[in-house]
Amino acid sequence: MLTIDTLTNEIDGKAILKGLSLTINAGEIHAIMGPNGAGKSTLAYTLGGRPGYEVTGGTATFDGADLFDLDPHERAAAGLFLGFQYPVEIPGVSNLQFLRESLNSQKRARGQKELNGGEFIRLAKEKAALLGLDMDMLKRPVNVGFSGGEKKRAEMVQMGILDPKLAILDETDSGLDIDALKIVGAGINAIMRKPDKAVLLITHYQRLLDYVKPDYVHVLAGGRIVKSGGPDLALELEREGYSDVVGAEVVG
Amino acid sequence: MLDLPTSSDESWRYSDLSALQSVWPLPAPVRIDVAAGDSAHHHLLQDAANGAAAVHDYVVTVGDGARCDFHVLNIGGRLGRVTIDVTLGRGSHFELGGAILGSGDQTLEIVTSVTHAQPDATSGQTIRSILSQRATGSYLGKIAVARDAQRTDAFQSVKAMLLDRTATANAKPELEIYADDVKCAHGATVGELDKAALFYMASRGMDPATAKTLLLRSFVAGVFDSVADEAVRETLEAAAIAKLEAMV
Repeated sequence: MLTIDTLTNEIDGKAILKGLSLTINAGEIHAIMGPNGAGKSTLAYTLGGRPGYEVTGGTATFDGADLFDLDPHERAAAGLFLGFQYPVEIPGVSNLQFLRESLNSQKRARGQKELNGGEFIRLAKEKAALLGLDMDMLKRPVNVGFSGGEKKRAEMVQMGILDPKLAILDETDSGLDIDALKIVGAGINAIMRKPDKAVLLITHYQRLLDYVKPDYVHVLAGGRIVKSGGPDLALELEREGYSDVVGAEVVG
Repeated sequence: MLDLPTSSDESWRYSDLSALQSVWPLPAPVRIDVAAGDSAHHHLLQDAANGAAAVHDYVVTVGDGARCDFHVLNIGGRLGRVTIDVTLGRGSHFELGGAILGSGDQTLEIVTSVTHAQPDATSGQTIRSILSQRATGSYLGKIAVARDAQRTDAFQSVKAMLLDRTATANAKPELEIYADDVKCAHGATVGELDKAALFYMASRGMDPATAKTLLLRSFVAGVFDSVADEAVRETLEAAAIAKLEAMV
């Protein structure tokens, strides 16, 4: 589904990703872990197409298309979802308005029929219930006045409504208490654990992986994948630390 | 007054005086007198043809205990200028909701002068401007509080959004207060579209024009919420949306 080959990039002229390669197939959940400053969020933003995250080399192929040929909104319409570590507040625009415009923009781009008001509300209600958010929350402006946990749950409601093929979730577990973590983990499983979908979880800690079991775990350090393995690798990292597992010189 | 004003005349300082020539001299202002205890609603959709000049002058008196709501959508012409001169009676209220949406080489202005002549009157003015290309949007708002007009409560909320660095927004609140028990609040901001919000919206699938229009609609939303007549509100909102969609 997604093949990244020797990707390099720069932000403000500074190289962050230095030849990152990774292949994710349909039906798989991958976790990328790594120390602070390894380039984890940079990878997410670069795949999402955030302005300023300049690709300087390498390729990323998503469902047969050159990802870097597509504008950010076209990547979303192609089935990519980017979960934000810090979801953006948009005063004056309700979650419902935001999501309906987003979903219908995607449908227009794919040549599908748009949802009318009633159809959309039914869908929104169903997905919000999955994450334990009530409709009153969805009537409020996007992320405005939401707690950290509410923002992350709202992100998962967005993911449920938009129904992507591939979700790249950037530190979705940060700022969550243990109850919220369980709800968000269950939401990810319910929405994305399917044979035709895939997930790339980007996380600093192992704890989200207790709830969303990855098939593969990768360690990102110094802008490259330095070690890959199965779910046990995450436990090993948690137990022994990044330096011991992949070498202090790599982490540094 | 037959001589054209000059830019040293404060209320014409940001105007387009060459465009003004075609409609000079101006006719007498429209008078609106709201009788004591009455309630009146007025609106103006200033949508003059491309290149035209349009000046609409109003002189409003609001009688004791009366209320006047005024809504202005200023979007048309090379020069579109709306002036409202209000005198408030005891315990009366004046409310203005105004939106300026300018593109190309348009100069669009709302100029108000609200005189609290008697005690206990209140006034509120909410102005939202969105300007692109080389357009200029100006709000000049004077509030005068007479010596006896105690317990006056007035506010001006003025926000402008620039879509291009070549566009200009002017906001000039002016207070002239002779009473001592008075509340006059005013705030003015000029900003640009939030780039983080635009990327967030794009990441959810919104094309740039849809995302920008949604942000701009939310920016002017509220200005016409208090229009009592639903048909009028829909007309103003539809005209605003059509102009916004043409601007992004």
